[in-house]
Amino acid sequence: MTNSWTDIRNTDLVIVMGGNAAEAHPCGFKWVTEAKANRGAKLIVVDPRYTRTASVSDFYAPIRQGTDIAFLLGVIRYCIENNKVQWEYAKNFTNAALIVKDAFAYHDGLFTGYDAEKRDYDRTSWDYELGPDGFAQIDMTLQHPRCVWNLLKQHVDIYTPEMVERICGTPKEKFLTVARMIGESSAPDKAMTSMYALGWTQHSSGSQNIRTMAMLQLILGNIGIRGGGMNALRGHSNIQGLTDVGLLSQYMPGYLNMPVEKETNLKTYLSTRQFKPLRPGQTSYWQNYPKFFVSLQKAMFGAAATAENDWAYDYLPKLDVPAYDVLRTFELMFNGKVNGYFCQGFNPILAFPNRAKITASLSNLKWLVTMDPLDTETSRFWQNHGEYNDVDTKSIQTEVIQLPTTCFAEEEGSLTNSGRWLQWHWPGGSPPGEAKHDNWIMGQIFVRLRALYRKEGGAFPDPILNLTWDYKDENEPKPDELAREMNGRALTDLHDPTDATKIVVPAGKQVANFSQLRDDGTTSSGCWIYSGCFNEAGNNMARRDNTDADGLGTYPNWTWSWPVNRRTLYNRASADLQGKPWDPSRKILEWDGAKWIGSDVPDIAPTAKPEEVGPFIMNAEGSARLFARGMLRDGPFPVHYEPFESPVANVINPEIRGNPVVRVFLDDVAQFGTPDEFPYAATSYRLTEHFHFWTKHNRVNAALQPEFFVELSEELAKEKNIPLGGWVRVWSKRGSIRAKAVVTKRIRPLICNGKTVHIIGIPLHWGFMGEAKKGFGPNSLTPFVGDANIDTPEYKAFLVNIEPTSGPAEV
Amino acid sequence: MPDSPTTAVSNPPVQEFVNNLGASDMISRSATGDLPPPARRLTEVAKLIDVSKCIGCKACQSACIEWNDTSPAIEDNVGIYMNPHDLTPEMFTLMRFSEWVNPETDNLEWLIRKDGCMHCTDPGCLKACPAPGAIVQYSNGIVDFVHENCIGCGYCVKGCPFNIPRISKTDHRAYKCTLCSDRVAVGQGPACAKACPTQAIVFGTKADMIKHAEGRITDLKSRGYANAGLYDPPGVGGTHVMYVLHHADKPHIYDGLPDNPKISAVVQTWKGVTKYVGLAAMSFAAAASVLHGVFAKPNRVAPEDDANAERLVGGGPEERT
Amino acid sequence: MNMEVSRRGFLRAAGVGVAGTALGAFGFSAAEAAEVAHVRAYKLAMTTETRNTCPYCSVACGVILYSKGDLRKGQTAEITHIEGDADHPTNRGTLCPKGAALKDFVHAKTRLNYPMVRKPGSDKFERVSWDEALDRVVRLMKDDRDANFIAKNKDGVAVNRWTSVGFLAASATTNETAYATYKVARSVGLLAFDNQARV
Repeated sequence: MTNSWTDIRNTDLVIVMGGNAAEAHPCGFKWVTEAKANRGAKLIVVDPRYTRTASVSDFYAPIRQGTDIAFLLGVIRYCIENNKVQWEYAKNFTNAALIVKDAFAYHDGLFTGYDAEKRDYDRTSWDYELGPDGFAQIDMTLQHPRCVWNLLKQHVDIYTPEMVERICGTPKEKFLTVARMIGESSAPDKAMTSMYALGWTQHSSGSQNIRTMAMLQLILGNIGIRGGGMNALRGHSNIQGLTDVGLLSQYMPGYLNMPVEKETNLKTYLSTRQFKPLRPGQTSYWQNYPKFFVSLQKAMFGAAATAENDWAYDYLPKLDVPAYDVLRTFELMFNGKVNGYFCQGFNPILAFPNRAKITASLSNLKWLVTMDPLDTETSRFWQNHGEYNDVDTKSIQTEVIQLPTTCFAEEEGSLTNSGRWLQWHWPGGSPPGEAKHDNWIMGQIFVRLRALYRKEGGAFPDPILNLTWDYKDENEPKPDELAREMNGRALTDLHDPTDATKIVVPAGKQVANFSQLRDDGTTSSGCWIYSGCFNEAGNNMARRDNTDADGLGTYPNWTWSWPVNRRTLYNRASADLQGKPWDPSRKILEWDGAKWIGSDVPDIAPTAKPEEVGPFIMNAEGSARLFARGMLRDGPFPVHYEPFESPVANVINPEIRGNPVVRVFLDDVAQFGTPDEFPYAATSYRLTEHFHFWTKHNRVNAALQPEFFVELSEELAKEKNIPLGGWVRVWSKRGSIRAKAVVTKRIRPLICNGKTVHIIGIPLHWGFMGEAKKGFGPNSLTPFVGDANIDTPEYKAFLVNIEPTSGPAEV
Repeated sequence: MPDSPTTAVSNPPVQEFVNNLGASDMISRSATGDLPPPARRLTEVAKLIDVSKCIGCKACQSACIEWNDTSPAIEDNVGIYMNPHDLTPEMFTLMRFSEWVNPETDNLEWLIRKDGCMHCTDPGCLKACPAPGAIVQYSNGIVDFVHENCIGCGYCVKGCPFNIPRISKTDHRAYKCTLCSDRVAVGQGPACAKACPTQAIVFGTKADMIKHAEGRITDLKSRGYANAGLYDPPGVGGTHVMYVLHHADKPHIYDGLPDNPKISAVVQTWKGVTKYVGLAAMSFAAAASVLHGVFAKPNRVAPEDDANAERLVGGGPEERT
Repeated sequence: MNMEVSRRGFLRAAGVGVAGTALGAFGFSAAEAAEVAHVRAYKLAMTTETRNTCPYCSVACGVILYSKGDLRKGQTAEITHIEGDADHPTNRGTLCPKGAALKDFVHAKTRLNYPMVRKPGSDKFERVSWDEALDRVVRLMKDDRDANFIAKNKDGVAVNRWTSVGFLAASATTNETAYATYKVARSVGLLAFDNQARV
């Protein structure tokens, strides 16, 4: 989230699209109802289903899953055509005025540089025309035919209201009502917030779904302001934290990247990460990359990381592929190339697509280690549970080691919420049996493995033997020790660069924040963006002062927010070019002639002059990107592509199936279904009564939503002779499930390009362990294909068939 | 939240408490004629359920189960979102879902109503109850069941115009929402109101709740709900659980909320008779049971009791709405 | 009249409630008899409060754990109730249906108590000690790492990766656990390393 949960109270218009906040995030959704009740805010819901969020909306528009880009590009087109643009913002704070290279073009769904063989683009033409000074060329009048604004205008022109209706199935009038409501927030003193979640990410064009809304928000001037923003409602309690700390194949803590093998040494690695400003005077904050990288290596490897050995650059594993994401890893496992696997609080046989393939893959493992407070399906993937897990136990040769962990109530530490607040919590109960804290388990694994390497030697033991592990009790690092290590400290006295006699941070003391980190090995920090969380002032994440001085929900002294306790990202953009707030009643910052002042930490150097330094300091342009350059694999502008399994052909270019640069494994292509065999468009989602696969383990939530079901329209039920509450079989090219039928008015067939499209909804909370009735999940059906940029599986749009059936045999 | 009621803005205390809601606060008691007037008069409280803010998440059900330590059964899915399928002795409150197509706009409206005891000012359950002290009403408006005194006859179910109480098959006593009398007694709001994510359920003095409802109704009217209004039905003397409805002109669209609930005339007269017959009978029976030491045997309602009750109150509540 | 008939059941059963009712009828005032009709005893009296965060979604509501026993005093503690923290700026004491039932997750019947091992081809888990389980885990790790570690690629460049083992980290663990996990996973050379953020 660019903003915080509590900031949503400041909005005038909420659009929930690609999510279902009332069901998946009820207590965050509170702030929507508060904005409605206290500010007269409106709520729009755009969703294939009339959800519980829609039930309290002011306007609901249906949409076919997987067509959000067409809808949103249609809204952008509407705003441009009807002058619903926050011009001062769009001109000055986005790259609208920058000139794009002549070679760049777009035709019929493809950009220049496409290579069908490689399913990839040569993206060199997707960039700015640079002047002799090395800066991007600009035309502030927006007259230049190749400025970003004019290219965008041209790009969205095809997405007329009629085209939106053809692709999305949204009736034109409903689309136009939404567009009109959104357009109103282009007024400088109006704010719209976008609340989205996996309804946008779990698509083969997931990244671009989100990007399209971000572009719209920029055109409307809604980023960086109170009540505005792009608000990703993240799924798990610490999914933001795990992303921040870099527990993803290609990341390191703080959004640094793992090196690839082409980057043979540190110099090469850093050479592509210089982040030279693309416009004069811009901050381009990533120029500090080396400081954060070296400080991380010092935290990891201490004295073993030296200038001479490139700060232990060789200790890092090097990628030979873009990432070993979960789809690639399970593809390898499926092909017998993975021997051992750890699942720490993760239940892949219910969480990953094409369950048959997941089960076959796990069965190929020599060993599996699970760590969980609960008895998960994954740890029992080898156990036969009738039709719910029909495996041949004897033939599965995987050794499974199941380790019991504590749960939240028995442990201490911080979780990072969706709004980037790091909140410390304390244990209140004794763990059951011999359950152990994850820190103890990881400590044990490390210390015992290191002992084996010390004793026996073995393959490249250096990073293991030299890993910093200087905890008071090496068997169990304590939460506060780890938090302090992430914050970082001075390894020698840090002198003021302008006055060598002055010591800024004495050796051994915690740094105040990442501005004190250095690239010469004199500082360490395990996660630069968390620097400031636990400094010499103490554990800032444990702060509990809920004073709301400005009455606008900033709460600057409640726990701690990254970066540097900033609550609203890009908050410089809440003020105009001169530094005056767009809306004085919702002020965050203002320029007092010499510096930025206000209730939040400025997202810009405090003395950066408003007319000189752009608000988007992480970008080399200083502005936000309507045109993404080569940053995304599938295009600098979003394009509507159909899901890989779609009930209709792509009307823009019927030759293109799915997103043209998505990685697809050969064995999975054969398992894509077509509408002749699988005529119905299915989607998957959460229900408010459950949290993933955990709450089915407790009686209360199991009682509130006891049994697996699918949802379908009255029209389809009638056509298929399916009674309310009757049993149905739903199947795809990859699997078949049995479910109860919830027949509802909340799902209606859509007309897309003249064809009736029926939608089937499949919630995801059931399995074969716990208190709730045994059932299935949508992952028995979903395709093994992911997003073009980050490989998030396409759970939200796939094809199935359905028929009435009888109940399961009594077990 | 400048205008919002403040129930949830405090955390429950953990010190030992002297119960602040006791017998002296009773203003009526089932099958008891000589209840002395209460020494003090508590301010009337109310729970206000704003249906237009409700997201149907069932947090109220969850919080209710946890606070009251009940254990509703894990049932089947029968094609709808409502679970359990009805109020039960283990489930005192229930989200009822109605898919209603507004004939004026042709738009679907998903009406979600939290069902449960309305804590009537003129409680039909209490009037119908023949067991002395099994149902009591406090001056703050809470109507509470005292299970020790309950004989499981089910007359409260028949007497309730909202069809709320349920008889346990395990201990043969009647159960329903207590308005969390144990929380109210220590100055807290009910567990459901504390939990409610959107504060669609709020709790406070009845006067404050009516005032809060007025603000909500103004907001709804500004959004095109011309018939938005407060549900505080006069037929039962008003209630201490009230609804804000977007369509207050037709409560029945909210899964059969009675348009004009009343206590059956039969129950009203019946009460007069029990005053004399009932108490005398009870005294005798109680003395006998003390002598015989039968304190833990489950109650049984004879079929004839049930039949008589049916006749007395003139059928189930659905026939009276 | 009918009343007497319908009362026969009550005559049999009336004494089963609480003696107070009967005593009341034997000379005590009705009001005194009704003393027993008090509300349920307040169940949070004399419990210990601990501030925590709901582990489910990323709203991260503040919760209060109520327990019998106090860990801070070195006692064992049993959580008896969980409720929203009204001081928390985001949730202000409210909780969703999952959060409001957290106690039942903490005390779920399927909470794991002991390390277990399922041997190849076996149809059951068998209990083992932590020492046995952990020694087995690191032996399996080391044998595989030593056999399959890729120190250099075909161009002779140091790549130091171990791709025959993977690790899924949990996005419900704390940042501190995440960091410890990161350190261990990367130091052994893992690249097949992801968490729920991927899906």
